[in-house]
Amino acid sequence: MSLTSDPPIDPPAVKEAPSGAGPDELTVVPVRHPWRWVAIAATAVLLAQFLNGLITNPGWEWDVFAQFFTAPTILKAVWVTLQLTFYGTAIGFALGVVLAFMRLSASGFLRTVAYGYIWAFRSIPLIVQLLFWFNLAYLYKELTFGIPFGPGFFSFDTMNLVGAMSAAVLGLALHQAAYAAEIVRGGVLAVGSGQLEAAAALGIPKFRQLRRIVLPQAMRSILPNAANEIISLFKGTSIVSVMAIGELFYQVQVVYGRNGRVVPLLMVATVWYILLTTVLSVLQHYVERHYAKGAVR
Amino acid sequence: MSAPSDAMVEIRSVHKKFGSLEVLRGIDLSVRPGEVTVVLGPSGSGKSTLLRTINHLEKVDQGWISVDGTLVGYRRDGNKLYELREREVLRQRTKIGFVFQNFNLFPHLTVLENIIEAPVSALGRPRKTAVAAAEKLLERVGLTDKATAYPAQLSGGQQQRVAIARALALEPRLLLFDEPTSALDPELVGEVLDVMKDLAHVGTTMIVVTHEIGFAREVADTVVFMDEGRIVEQGPPADVLDHPTQERTRAFLSKVL
Repeated sequence: MSLTSDPPIDPPAVKEAPSGAGPDELTVVPVRHPWRWVAIAATAVLLAQFLNGLITNPGWEWDVFAQFFTAPTILKAVWVTLQLTFYGTAIGFALGVVLAFMRLSASGFLRTVAYGYIWAFRSIPLIVQLLFWFNLAYLYKELTFGIPFGPGFFSFDTMNLVGAMSAAVLGLALHQAAYAAEIVRGGVLAVGSGQLEAAAALGIPKFRQLRRIVLPQAMRSILPNAANEIISLFKGTSIVSVMAIGELFYQVQVVYGRNGRVVPLLMVATVWYILLTTVLSVLQHYVERHYAKGAVR
Repeated sequence: MSAPSDAMVEIRSVHKKFGSLEVLRGIDLSVRPGEVTVVLGPSGSGKSTLLRTINHLEKVDQGWISVDGTLVGYRRDGNKLYELREREVLRQRTKIGFVFQNFNLFPHLTVLENIIEAPVSALGRPRKTAVAAAEKLLERVGLTDKATAYPAQLSGGQQQRVAIARALALEPRLLLFDEPTSALDPELVGEVLDVMKDLAHVGTTMIVVTHEIGFAREVADTVVFMDEGRIVEQGPPADVLDHPTQERTRAFLSKVL
């Protein structure tokens, strides 16, 4: 019978209504799904083949993998990668918060500047930006701190101040800031206007409203996106290998350039990326749980 | 100040436009201390906007409002009104409690945290003092056992009672209610009105925008009827509700009674 027909009395239902047997004597027979079993079998075979290949194919050279996985030069490179991620995220999100509030500002000038920044840094490929920062000394020989358009107090040789590592951090952070700004802005917009009105009506100081009322609620929608960005930045650090910085991917290339063992060394990098991304994902879970206080879902 | 000293709230020729729509067209109203004023009127009559101008959630375009002898949102010097900084407006608002139609409790804070937030952060009360006061307020609204609950775990009526406790925690001179029972299931309206009646009986100055005619009749000292941005008539409930002099009041009451 179809869902649309709605006769007052349904004769077949009446006929099939269990009569004679007591409710306890009836057994329920679940629907069978034979095709599901076929799909499971096929998937299992493919998976087994893949795992078998990982173990039996000598090309993986697991002994070389084991030798380099915890080698000091690789560990040092992992540390550099983590530093790039940390500073890129910290500076990027700090600047992103500033840009987000500029875009939410009542001043059209601030809104436009922030939007212009986001537009520019989302439009230029990261690798191009990095090379720009790396070659900053070509544009500005020295950097001077002082009164804008007036006399300067301190001067630095750009080459010394913006080394390869800081150029990389700068590039990653400025790039990240553009994306972080939009994520933070989205989170702030997701907090209902009633929340701000209630906070304002209670006379809660402006900064406290942000810190105590708006941001904790905004965090719920910021976090999943921010975690995506951090993880993608973490893997994106491999791009700074073009600047000859000794991060994980660069270091692995150096080693296989020397010994020719490309596949096991790529696996070294791969497994490190997977491990650390997993750690970040686990952290994400706990941070999200913290900010889910009071939420029903 | 030009406000007569015996009024808690003094509203003088207040105008307010949203774009080209004039929602308040010259409102004059005084509320004496300890009085309950109920504002009635069809939707779109400007009653919620009027309420929101009293604590400066909306700026007025013309006229002025004073609460407890102090201009709201402005400082007067000679013939000039200087707009106050946000920080000063926020300080003024701690003297004016506001209860919203949709409660607007902070969902990530417990009931207790909701109530002590403003006393601690806006008035600088020690946390301990604020907690003790909050517990008394929860007792007053009958929710002693809900201190550690989150708003989402409460019924609408309970949430609104928490919102009232939260507004009371600042010990305001004036309480404003913006349709406090309109978002509630019918069976939960009574518990909120009961709390409001208790407040009225202990002499709290209240301005209540509502559609609850029964509440107006029982509790109000003054009933104000608004339509199209103007006060059509005002007076004791027995006059306005039972013997309205204006045709528009009669027409409105015949629909809601």
